[in-house]
Amino acid sequence: MGKSLLEKVWAAHTVRELPSGQTQLFIGLHLIHEVTSPQAFQMMREQGLKILFPERTFATVDHIIPTDTRRRPYADEEAEGMMSAIERNCREFGIRFFDAGSGEQGIVHVLGPELGLTQPGMTIACGDSHTSTHGAFGAVAFGIGTSQLRDLLASQCLAILRPKLRRINVDGALGPGVYAKDVILHIIRRLGVKGGVGYAYEYGGPVLERMSMEARMTVCNMSVEGGARLGYVNPDAATFEFLRGRPFAPVAEDFEAAVTWWRSMASDAGASYDDIVRLDGAGIAPTVTWGINPGQAIGVDEKIPAPETFAPDEREVAQDAYAYMGLKPNTPIRGTRIDVAFVGSCTNGRLSDLQEAARVARLGHVAPHVKALVVPGSEAVARAAEAEGLDQIFRQAGFEWRLPGCSMCLAMNPDKLVGRQVCASTSNRNFKGRQGSPAGRTLLMSPAMVAAAAIEGAVVDVREMLGKKEGSRDP
Amino acid sequence: MSQLIRITQVKGRPIPLRGNDIDTDRIIPARFMKAVTFDGLGQHVFVDARFDAEGRSLGHVMDDPRFEAKGPRIAVVNKNFGCGSSREHAPQALLRWGIKALVGESFADIFCGNCLTLGMPCVSAGEADVSALMAAVEEDPAHDLTVDVETLTVTYRGATYPVSLPAGARSQLLGGTWDATRILLQAEEQVRQTAARLPYLRRFAPE
Repeated sequence: MGKSLLEKVWAAHTVRELPSGQTQLFIGLHLIHEVTSPQAFQMMREQGLKILFPERTFATVDHIIPTDTRRRPYADEEAEGMMSAIERNCREFGIRFFDAGSGEQGIVHVLGPELGLTQPGMTIACGDSHTSTHGAFGAVAFGIGTSQLRDLLASQCLAILRPKLRRINVDGALGPGVYAKDVILHIIRRLGVKGGVGYAYEYGGPVLERMSMEARMTVCNMSVEGGARLGYVNPDAATFEFLRGRPFAPVAEDFEAAVTWWRSMASDAGASYDDIVRLDGAGIAPTVTWGINPGQAIGVDEKIPAPETFAPDEREVAQDAYAYMGLKPNTPIRGTRIDVAFVGSCTNGRLSDLQEAARVARLGHVAPHVKALVVPGSEAVARAAEAEGLDQIFRQAGFEWRLPGCSMCLAMNPDKLVGRQVCASTSNRNFKGRQGSPAGRTLLMSPAMVAAAAIEGAVVDVREMLGKKEGSRDP
Repeated sequence: MSQLIRITQVKGRPIPLRGNDIDTDRIIPARFMKAVTFDGLGQHVFVDARFDAEGRSLGHVMDDPRFEAKGPRIAVVNKNFGCGSSREHAPQALLRWGIKALVGESFADIFCGNCLTLGMPCVSAGEADVSALMAAVEEDPAHDLTVDVETLTVTYRGATYPVSLPAGARSQLLGGTWDATRILLQAEEQVRQTAARLPYLRRFAPE
């Protein structure tokens, strides 16, 4: 019988089975950022612990960093405190720090892949739930808490149970104007925000096979929003080509040896799964969330679902969502007025995301009542986008072109919603208060859809905007 | 390194936190995560559900005098509690408010793991049992609820409900190894052997 990637990677990294029944799992790559690490370093000091593999931990700053200026000290004293702490901790523990302005700084889940740190067959952990992003490369990558971060610094290991495995096959092909973001929102809508609890998701099928690496990252990124701690795509030629020539990728004949090993880690044809789900790619429309969790999503041409369409245990959350969002059941989501548009985050802050948003931005100007931000995912993304003139396209269309960071995805820096503002956002969570105002409202959608909403001043079907303005060209 | 603390039973006054899919942003909003320590998080737990912008109480159950109690507390929750972000700030805030264990229908994986590293059991019960327990607590909260890790039961006002824990969690709590650092550090030689077998750690250069 064949084995899945999850089983192979797990076996290769198992140090031993613990008496508790958990696995002591070796973690090949540890990424850290300023928000969830300082307490772990403090625990290390208090408990007299030493870091075991300092060369396998890499650090950056992303959550709290301002996107308008890099001037130190930061205006926010607490943010400055976090920044100084990670600088000091990296120095003291011998950890490589990709500092702001180094040319390498970025959102931790954008930076890992673009530096070639993220590779197939690895185990990867980070004190951030969107670590599932790295699964796009066929890595077993998941988020951890701060005490586990301490364990990892001290032992390069975690005590953890292997999750069950669900295969999600997306068959057919995506229609025009439909992107990876729509695919993952659709998956979460179908399987629910708790459907993945206890599972890892293996995404596959023709739609995933044809996706670029950046698109696969968008899908894997939001696995955790569906309840799955990790999600991955089996590595293939697209994965290997993406990695070739990256700073931390193997070189010359070692690269060929790597490809052989990477290929061997992919799931075998006869691998067994605890569950298999099949979805049709052609049935996915540009998707928008209307509620307070990412599963409360609909196609842009649908109406907000009525309470009776929900299972009894989801009705209460739906009622809560109508009230919080100020939206009524049985009304279209299209035409919902927005105040803010945000393009960025570890979900959709990569070059191809900015290219798709720019393609729409070229067609018009941001509506007068809308504040629109574009925040590149990393300094490298910003450089590449500027080399193509995307920053100019955005600026001319009335978008603000910012410096890289997490920004308004979770609003730990000065970029925040105000009051009950509605934000069309390419980020990953539409939780209550997520974007910095306790009453702020978030509509999640793809970068193209956010750019279209910015121009229209309201939720609109990007397919129509592209079709109308770009003429007969296939959108 | 911390001492071995075996957790066989947690007893305390219950606090019902009703609702499915309560995310960690709601438990502790990101704006309170800018401190470099976990100290003081307890006062901000569920802050936006408890207070309006002017700091006036919204009548949340945590501020309801009927549910006020001293000593350790046990939260009773519904489905997928703690979903979203991996922030340990969420269990830390609950713990610092006084919650030492949680009973619910289900918990998000990362949240549950984070609670375990703090010695806070997250025990799961069936929907009907949680519903009955929640009703019993809301009717009369002035009794101690007992979470028994040994027998995997929860008892309140004379009624006993069967519960489960993720594999491994029970023996970690009972054995006092829920703080995994000590265990993980016992195998340094095996850790180095595992590392030596992984070709990517030498950048795929020949051995």
